[in-house]
Amino acid sequence: MAPHQALLPPPIPRGFPLEWSLGTFATPASQFMTSDFSSGAAPASLDWNDPAILALRRDMLKFAHLQLRDEGAAEDAVQEALIAAMRHRDGFAGRSALKTWVFAILRNKIIDHLRKHAREIPASDLVHRSDDDGPDIEHLFEQDGHWTTQDKPHTWADPESALSQKQFWAVFDACVNHLPANTARVFMMREFLDLGTEEICEELAISSANCWVILHRARTALRRCLENNWFGGAPKPC
Amino acid sequence: MLNCRQATQLCSEERDRSLSLMERIALRLHTLICDSCANFRRQMDFLAQTTRRFREGRRPDDDA
Repeated sequence: MAPHQALLPPPIPRGFPLEWSLGTFATPASQFMTSDFSSGAAPASLDWNDPAILALRRDMLKFAHLQLRDEGAAEDAVQEALIAAMRHRDGFAGRSALKTWVFAILRNKIIDHLRKHAREIPASDLVHRSDDDGPDIEHLFEQDGHWTTQDKPHTWADPESALSQKQFWAVFDACVNHLPANTARVFMMREFLDLGTEEICEELAISSANCWVILHRARTALRRCLENNWFGGAPKPC
Repeated sequence: MLNCRQATQLCSEERDRSLSLMERIALRLHTLICDSCANFRRQMDFLAQTTRRFREGRRPDDDA
């Protein structure tokens, strides 16, 4: 059994009611994000309409939807992750890392879902190039393999400051969404779900070399998209 | 000597596997003389930093 599976409760049917009471926090609901989960407060009911919970669900849904591209499956994964998080909150001892922890559980739910459904993606879709498979990066390079003049990567001014700007993340989302679906899936398994390439290859039945090439294409396309749309490069069609 | 296309492939692959000594040396030499690929390599670091924030739920609107 993979380590992450030990954390998870049994699957919960779709349409599971939001109002279902799971447990409570000794602190007011509005303090949810800073509650001390290790205090051993008596369980009662969790307010699913609390703004902090709603905001957390919204962010989790956005994350799950990007990976799964299926609203129902994303809802299920988020719901199951939240319930697992609440069940195991006694074992959670750091308040500042709460979101990191909840997202780690969500990631595991998404990985479980992808494992179950990975074989539904024909491997040929990943390996053989077609019009909608993999951003074409060949045109960025001259015949001799050097950058074309207009596609040379520029220096980015203070990229770290972008991470604290909401608009940057909107551009980032758009750039990820712009990747062809199959390329995006491999990229997200590697970067967002933090799976190793060996595991990705096994799940998708592709070779390591193919996996590395797909990841190279994805990163190159993302880099270019961010440069063109955020870091001040002249706007160019993707 | 690596060309830029090969160098960027290694910049990506060093995120996914350990490069051989020869690959590391070749990439180092290339990025010493090629500003574009040096930029590309730094931007791969930034991309990794960005995706790490995303997967940990640490986006600015998350804390609003």
